[in-house]
Amino acid sequence: MEFFLEQVINGLQLGLVYALIALGYTMVYGIVKLINFAHGDVFMVGAFLGYFGFTYWGLPWPVAIIMSMVFCAILGVVIERIAYRPLRYAPRMIALISAIGVSFFLEYFCSLRFVFGANYRVVQRPLSEVSWQIGGITITNIQVLILVAVVAMLIFLQWIVHRTKMGAAMRTVSFDHDAARLMGVNVDRTISFTFALGSAMAAMGGVLYAIAYPQIQPFMGIMPGLKAFTAAVLGGIGLIPGAVLGALIMGQVETMTAAFISSQLRDAIAFGILIVVLLFRPTGILGRTETEKV
Amino acid sequence: MLEVKNIEVYYGLIKALHGVSFEVKQGEIVTLIGANGAGKSTSLRTISALIKPKAGTITFQGQDITGMAPHKIVTQGLSHVPEGRKVIGDMTVLENLRMGAYTRRDKGEIAASLDEVFSRFPRLKERANQFAGTLSGGEQQMLAIGRGIMSRPKLLLLDEPSMGLSPKLVEEIFSIISTINSQGTTILLVEQNAFMALQVAHRAYVLEAGRVVLSGDAKELQADEKVRSAYLGE
Repeated sequence: MEFFLEQVINGLQLGLVYALIALGYTMVYGIVKLINFAHGDVFMVGAFLGYFGFTYWGLPWPVAIIMSMVFCAILGVVIERIAYRPLRYAPRMIALISAIGVSFFLEYFCSLRFVFGANYRVVQRPLSEVSWQIGGITITNIQVLILVAVVAMLIFLQWIVHRTKMGAAMRTVSFDHDAARLMGVNVDRTISFTFALGSAMAAMGGVLYAIAYPQIQPFMGIMPGLKAFTAAVLGGIGLIPGAVLGALIMGQVETMTAAFISSQLRDAIAFGILIVVLLFRPTGILGRTETEKV
Repeated sequence: MLEVKNIEVYYGLIKALHGVSFEVKQGEIVTLIGANGAGKSTSLRTISALIKPKAGTITFQGQDITGMAPHKIVTQGLSHVPEGRKVIGDMTVLENLRMGAYTRRDKGEIAASLDEVFSRFPRLKERANQFAGTLSGGEQQMLAIGRGIMSRPKLLLLDEPSMGLSPKLVEEIFSIISTINSQGTTILLVEQNAFMALQVAHRAYVLEAGRVVLSGDAKELQADEKVRSAYLGE
């Protein structure tokens, strides 16, 4: 029983990090109907910057996280501006190919020796791991950190989307670009903001991931990126609560499979679930089938 | 107030507007009528800069607004209620109306505008906290118009406000349009329902295949042989 509960907590830790990435996928999809395949690589850049921040640049780790978030927010805006905006009203497949191009570019550019280098780097944790025994279950300070950071981020996001003018603009743009323009919304700026927000969250996820699983390399974003994308689709792409729900499920499935079945099967089962869900509920768990009113 | 001069618009290689010109004077209701595909909606979309014209100019209150960004045009006092209403289904009625005032900074005054809209459309007030997607077609149209006037426009562009509504609701919508106009808002109305449009409008332009083929006083056009046979079904 204790073993099972510990796995639940491990799954939660993983799921929360996936949630930070999945939110960026889902928000960007909601607003420009694009799967931003470079998003996992922004997560990677975020992990590296955080690592450099607290390892080489002498920043306290919370400051390193914020620095990484700010930088990745800018990176996200630049990616959108250069690679997606010129293709915004082109057939969707074209922007998708551009996204894949950006993804490869970031991976291989960051692998260059004068950038991050292609080697694995072991992350020296900026805070020493402390674990507590609660009713036979071990909980670490890193798990608590991730939980607190992600929940705080979710509350912040909820506040932005539902309580601010920018949030109202985001929801309007995701409904219809032209309708938003007619209400006076600056669509380009709203989209830039969405990319900034999503990328900042991915960066936070990247740094937390590097602290929790302390090994980083330029291709580290691919798998978590795919899992988070799967999570977003699983929950219902374009829906913020869906991304969180999907990510938590993915975290549990992956951890439980590794713990009770076989760690080699965990990716196969995680993606297998995606296929099954899509076959029976193509709009995801929380997705509605749209009915159009005439 | 609004002067559209020789605008030419293309959709890819297809020319949709062949040098369309018309004007709207302060205080008027002007209507553009014509068949499907005549270029009525395209004209409105060009005025609010959703489409860029290849040639021609659009002047609003003496200022050239051709090529201005659409979100800036709203702040000039021009509001466009699009075809198909485009109410945001997963926002409440209240949130939709607030979006209409997106460009305004005068918070206190926005509350006053909300009251105005609610007194004009009591049904919207009853449903203020309901999602807009759950409203009936007529209520959605009222919401779309209400949202359009939340920006306190000097000129209101209405694209097919009667589309898909029952005759009784059509009457109601047109009487609302007249009231809004009599309270000081100039209106440019695009309609397929030429009969109703000519009844409320002061002047009208008839569009055919991207050209203005007739224009004049609405009452005179109502009596015009050609208009009667082509658009009023007589």
